[in-house]
Amino acid sequence: MSVPRYWREIKYRYRLIGELCTECGAIIFPRRRLCPHCGCRELEECKLSETGTVLSWTVIQHPPKGYEKYAPYVVALIKLDDGAQILSQVVDVEPEEMRVGLRVEATFRRVREDGSSGIIEYGYKFRPIIEEP
Amino acid sequence: MKTSRPVGIIGYGAYIPMNRLKASEISRVWGGCAEPIEEKAVASIDEDAVTIAVECARYAIKRAKIDPREIGAIYVGTESKPYAVKPCGTIVAEAIGATPHVTAADYEFACKAGTEAFQACIGLVSSGMVKYAMAIGADTAQGRPADPLEYTVACGGAALIFTLKSERTLAYLEGSYSYVTDTPDFWRRGLEMYPRHGNRFTGEPAYFRHIIGAAKGLMAELGYGPEDFKYAVFHQPNVKFPVKVAKRLGFSMDAIKPGLIVPYVGNTYAGSTPIGLAATLDVAEPGDRILVVSYGSGAGSDAFSFVVQDAIMEGRPRDLPVSAFIARKRYIDYSLYSRMRGKIHL
Ligand SMILES: [Zn+2]
Repeated sequence: MSVPRYWREIKYRYRLIGELCTECGAIIFPRRRLCPHCGCRELEECKLSETGTVLSWTVIQHPPKGYEKYAPYVVALIKLDDGAQILSQVVDVEPEEMRVGLRVEATFRRVREDGSSGIIEYGYKFRPIIEEP
Repeated sequence: MKTSRPVGIIGYGAYIPMNRLKASEISRVWGGCAEPIEEKAVASIDEDAVTIAVECARYAIKRAKIDPREIGAIYVGTESKPYAVKPCGTIVAEAIGATPHVTAADYEFACKAGTEAFQACIGLVSSGMVKYAMAIGADTAQGRPADPLEYTVACGGAALIFTLKSERTLAYLEGSYSYVTDTPDFWRRGLEMYPRHGNRFTGEPAYFRHIIGAAKGLMAELGYGPEDFKYAVFHQPNVKFPVKVAKRLGFSMDAIKPGLIVPYVGNTYAGSTPIGLAATLDVAEPGDRILVVSYGSGAGSDAFSFVVQDAIMEGRPRDLPVSAFIARKRYIDYSLYSRMRGKIHL
């Protein structure tokens, strides 16, 4: 990702901000120009829920460029508690501990880095909810 | 030092990565010496001082129940900045939603960078310049393989939010004291990955002299003795030093026990004293007085006296204590540790 593009996305990636369709009420993430459900252009920013449930998941063994150092890692489709669906890495979990229905919460991690001299891209990932022992 | 208007802590939050490396695993690889702690916390490959600082900041805001846009200052104390030039404080400010009306910067003073940020935040709040000020100590400290330091250098942090004392503050400040000299006990030059240290020189003229100087200075200024404090937190580079300094200052083991997390977490550098304070606030009762004394190589100590207030009881059933992060763990071996901490170059 180019530095200007990363910079434009910072708020959304750091704070999990999506959009609410003013026409059909759908929650959209990541941001789009139009609502994918009804085509409406009137979209408002909205803060997404930071907790959710795993719907499905997979282990990435051969990652795309820029993500090599994190492999193998888990990517899951997560249904957030406000109803939005989000695709995210899940960390602090072993693949054998992953299951459909696992409760997860947002965390803040390094997502990608441009070599050892370039920009470090930070953003959300999810992890099993931390509870009192 | 005393503030012109009373200042308190309205929120605090700690974070410790879940990976643990046992001291016995380091001995297995490099040959045994006396193991100074049980195990230490190690950041995952996608964690660094910034991500740890953000976690701490978010927990502190949750506990404080404040609007992050009202935070007027964010200072991150760390010696493990991911960027040599580009502040951690700006990333933290953006991640918690405190931008753009905020002053932000990083503090550097080895293991006392976090408490140095306390001093600045306390000053900004008491002067009325800002409503809330957040000080964070967070590190992902590195030790050279096979160096005795490798047993203890660890990852973690804690954040404190200061504001004027009120019924909502969890504890208030009675006074602070700083004791600083030029003492070359430990250093790391630019572009070097690992620090160097003066071995035996790190004890008596460094750690003990500065902690005792700051603790005695503060107690003299406030007219207190060790018997006036229910709890005490001293910087924890290993188990031996804080126990020894507590004894020399006249504090009991019971006083330092709640904040003594180093056996299970390691030395989190700028995070060490702040996490110790957080763990002590987790168990303290209203009216308890807590002495907090950090130590940073180079060298210096900051001492603080806090008195716990009633509001501390409200959040207790809701907010995660430091013990939750200590209990959450997965053991890694030396190979995974080497990969996570960037010790293997491809
Ligand atoms: Zn729509």
